[in-house]
Amino acid sequence: MHLTKNMSRIQSIFKQKNADEKIMSLFITAGYPDLDSTVDLVLGFEKNGADLIELGMPFSDPLADGPTIQYASNVAIDNGITMKKIFEMVREVRKTSEIPIILMGYINPVFRYGVEAFCEDAAECGVDGLIIPDAPLEESTIISDSAEKHGLDMIYLVAPNSSDKRMQMVDQHSRGFVYCVSVTGVTGARSGEEVVRSVGKFIERVKSNVTKNPKLVGFGIKSHEDAQLIAKDTDGFIVGSALIDIIRKNFPNKDWKDHVFNFVKKLKYGNL
Amino acid sequence: MKYTAPDKKGYFGKYGGKFVPEILIPALEELEEAYEEVQNDPVFLKEYHDLLREYVGRPTKLTYANRLTKYYGGAKIYLKREDLCHTGAHKINNAIGQLLLARNMGKSRIIAETGAGQHGVATATACAKFGFECVIYMGAEDMERQKLNVDRMRLLGAEVRSVESGSKTLKDATNEAIRDWVTHVDNTFYIIGSVVGPHPYPMMTRNFHRVIGEETKDQLKKAEGKLPDYLIACVGGGSNAIGFFYPFIEDEDVKMIGIEAAGLGADTNQTAATLTIGTPGILHGSMSYLLHNSEGQIQLAHSISAGLDYPGIGPEHSYLHDSKRVHYYGVTDQKAMDAVKLVSEKEGIIPAIETAHAFAYLEILMPLTQRDEVVVVNCSGRGDKDMGTISDWFGKNSHSV
Repeated sequence: MHLTKNMSRIQSIFKQKNADEKIMSLFITAGYPDLDSTVDLVLGFEKNGADLIELGMPFSDPLADGPTIQYASNVAIDNGITMKKIFEMVREVRKTSEIPIILMGYINPVFRYGVEAFCEDAAECGVDGLIIPDAPLEESTIISDSAEKHGLDMIYLVAPNSSDKRMQMVDQHSRGFVYCVSVTGVTGARSGEEVVRSVGKFIERVKSNVTKNPKLVGFGIKSHEDAQLIAKDTDGFIVGSALIDIIRKNFPNKDWKDHVFNFVKKLKYGNL
Repeated sequence: MKYTAPDKKGYFGKYGGKFVPEILIPALEELEEAYEEVQNDPVFLKEYHDLLREYVGRPTKLTYANRLTKYYGGAKIYLKREDLCHTGAHKINNAIGQLLLARNMGKSRIIAETGAGQHGVATATACAKFGFECVIYMGAEDMERQKLNVDRMRLLGAEVRSVESGSKTLKDATNEAIRDWVTHVDNTFYIIGSVVGPHPYPMMTRNFHRVIGEETKDQLKKAEGKLPDYLIACVGGGSNAIGFFYPFIEDEDVKMIGIEAAGLGADTNQTAATLTIGTPGILHGSMSYLLHNSEGQIQLAHSISAGLDYPGIGPEHSYLHDSKRVHYYGVTDQKAMDAVKLVSEKEGIIPAIETAHAFAYLEILMPLTQRDEVVVVNCSGRGDKDMGTISDWFGKNSHSV
């Protein structure tokens, strides 16, 4: 397929995918479980089926996150993660990979770095998009102009309690895809079955209101089976906490990465 | 000059806003609408003020502090006696107001964060009075140092949940309360205890406390026939201070001073003096001054007083600081504890350690005042809850008294 010149890496993967294929986006906290592993993990995720990477920028007070991502953020901060180191990691990945990379994190570290400098440096090292959960549309002007100037896709979220009108607004302002939060709550806290039961109605509304952008659904997906059910009527799914739980269970055993990559492969393809 | 902050988007100059996850946006919109409806509604305001009069015990007294005045030998010192409010501090003005709003909105479950426990006790009290389910988040360290208030909340029927993350103090209790709110947003109302958080909380909480300043204005007019020359209040998040200051903001001759907790000193890393050494940032839903490092990670605050032990401050205080309408200074643990003793001995009033920070500033201010001037200190809370800390301090530091 011919890609137009100004299409972002994120937009391209949705254009290139087969109609029945689900895009798998994986979230990993930069600097967790240690500073040296992040690049290997990202490349390994890609090799084992990830289509998109959400690289978490750790924050001391992640108030939209459950215990798993809180833990990973704390470990990464203790490991000495900095914004500069995150940019270095992206640069390293870009040497061998074109997988779309989204930086995801809270607004304060970005604000402290300087929003314009942050967007410039992020774009320069090969970042494709941003998700800032605590900068909703109301406050998006704090970053949206700089992001656009440097060609970064801004991805906003919709939740089950978002109104139809709100979903349409989010669709208008998002570029890349719309992040559909499957349940009201923090990250990782619910079981897959719980999400499956309630998600249908929500996705129906999303489908009729989010028409411009692809849709990825996240929060509470722990297995291939969860993902197939929950993401049935969307373009794909996002896994974060469940992946970090697997790392936490296996790190630092000698073969910990094998376990993690096996999990990733199963998430995408099921039990082969 | 006419003072109209915040604007429609909840900004006090460049501070404030609504920096929250998408899930909370509908909840904040619903809250804004509900508050808009009641804020000038005579029926709602009558019920609120009736409760303040008959249940809280308002108006609180304005007491002339004759022995403190004599001790310093400068301006006359008056105390606005919020320590005489039911539950022992100003916090209940806001807890009652927000609870009535929650009831109007049909919410059945109340959550709150608390530092010193005064807001938790006030919220638990209001919930008991109106028959609401109540969950209070409190840092594990604060539960230790304010044990009496934990027992009070439980006796009042509230569930107190210990928060073990981060610094185990007010900041972390607030994170946990927000996580609860995100999860139970349908039936839950979050009663925020200070002038912090996303819009409309800072404005709404201020308005539920403005009664402090309004009463002070009337009472002082009767007592002295004039406006005060100086107002002093302690500032953590800043609710008692803003309620005290707000009705005087347009009275340009009234000088206003907010006292932050400097902990071991604003030049150490054991401090909570946000405006003195912090820089703007975003925490708990709004932009304001913050204690954070060069990476934007929030730093742990320190103060001997749990109620001031917070690395942020209300956005309106940041605005009043930048515009220099209010001047802010830091007072150390040591100076605050000296003031606890002084005010107890001179006036027969044992102030909360938070409140004692405001009193400690008299030592600096009073030599600069004239005998025909008037200083009013907002005596925001009483010290009963602090007796454990106070006894330990004077036991260990007996050389300093």
